[in-house]
Amino acid sequence: MTPRVASPAGIRFENVEKRYAGLYALRRVSLEVAPGECVVLAGRNGSGKTTLLRIAARLVRPSGGNVSYSGESGGEKASDRVRPGFVAHATMVYDELTAEENLLLFARLQGVERPEERVAALLAEVSLTERSKSLVRTFSRGMRQRVAIARALLTAPSAMLLDEPATGLDSQGISWLAGTLRGMRDAGCTLLMSLHGESEISALATRGIRLDAGTVVGDTNAGADMSAVLAGAGE
Amino acid sequence: MSLLANTGVLLGKELKTEFRSRELLTTTVVFIIIVLVLFSFTFDPLSDEARRFGSGLLWLAFLFAASLMLQPCFLREQANDTLSALRLSVSDPFAIFLAKLAANTLFLMITELLLLPVFAVMYSVPVLGVLHWLTLVFFLGSLGVSTAGTALSSISAQARMRELLLPLLLLPMLTPILIASTEVTAALLDRSPYVLWKGIGFLVAFDIVFLTALWLFGEYLLEE
Repeated sequence: MTPRVASPAGIRFENVEKRYAGLYALRRVSLEVAPGECVVLAGRNGSGKTTLLRIAARLVRPSGGNVSYSGESGGEKASDRVRPGFVAHATMVYDELTAEENLLLFARLQGVERPEERVAALLAEVSLTERSKSLVRTFSRGMRQRVAIARALLTAPSAMLLDEPATGLDSQGISWLAGTLRGMRDAGCTLLMSLHGESEISALATRGIRLDAGTVVGDTNAGADMSAVLAGAGE
Repeated sequence: MSLLANTGVLLGKELKTEFRSRELLTTTVVFIIIVLVLFSFTFDPLSDEARRFGSGLLWLAFLFAASLMLQPCFLREQANDTLSALRLSVSDPFAIFLAKLAANTLFLMITELLLLPVFAVMYSVPVLGVLHWLTLVFFLGSLGVSTAGTALSSISAQARMRELLLPLLLLPMLTPILIASTEVTAALLDRSPYVLWKGIGFLVAFDIVFLTALWLFGEYLLEE
């Protein structure tokens, strides 16, 4: 279902810092996520995972350092930049609009070609075709999360950022999400996501990074070490 | 996608959500009627005083209503973090402001034009002969109120005590609009109506200055 990504985008964090009123959320984080890699960020609440993802999505300006994507022309214009897909804690869709209206709105804003066709295909992919005309406020949390993921997939992004994407999903929903993310990973999309603990989704990871108090305390791509990094062994 | 195309798409969303719920329009119209009725208790609305003070009372009511109407403008976007989704989707963040201020101007204009006949009857002021000029003043005044109000709403939505902050910031900033709009409206409601071009020029200048400021600095107002 997921089209092959023509040129996967790598993500480069160089000495990224973020301070909120003197408190450090991130301290000189330097990372390089290779194109097509599937990276899981682990760490306790407040360790800086969400801040790192929001900086990568360019929703938060870092206090210091720089984030760049491979394949960007380096210009200041929005059109020069890679636009990653982003799934956050919140659903980022309007409760007062239907699932279809929400997706059409964001498809048109992003200049998706033939938006009606793309939206219909995505609604089918997230198994919401029958409820496409229902207001999102009538949806369960799991259904809203499906709309949120469909929104992030509208442009078939070359990089995807996901902040605890399994929030609110039941075991069936988690299996569906794991399948969707596996399809994206296999299609060459770069995935960077935060998760709590090990799950069906973390099993997709090719690399695990652990954050603590805004710094990287673990980074591995080896199976056994990966479990330790994701589970927070030693803490 | 171009700024205007994005603005058009977002304006459609603003209108669809409001006309589906009609929350803002209904609340604001009821609020202004209550304010106008309460004002009418403070003096004899059928006397000459109505002509002297009517325009000021009308614009005060509009400003209070605007502070009520503008409050949810960005607060609505916080519930599900939809503002972040918009920022990720538009090529120019000014489109978000343009759509919101266009919608707010339209809602204010609708409210004002709905309330004008009520005001005319309650305060015994003939308005039909100068309706086109009044519509122009309402448009220029509403545009200024919406531009400043939309910008301040984006700031107050991220602050603590946000319900209090917006009127506290907005009302002093809109004093120049209140004065100019009141003077132009008073001249139009005079026994011998005339157009106060100086006031209209001031309103146009205010709108241009605030729109330019919003275009230049709006992006920073949306940052977390």
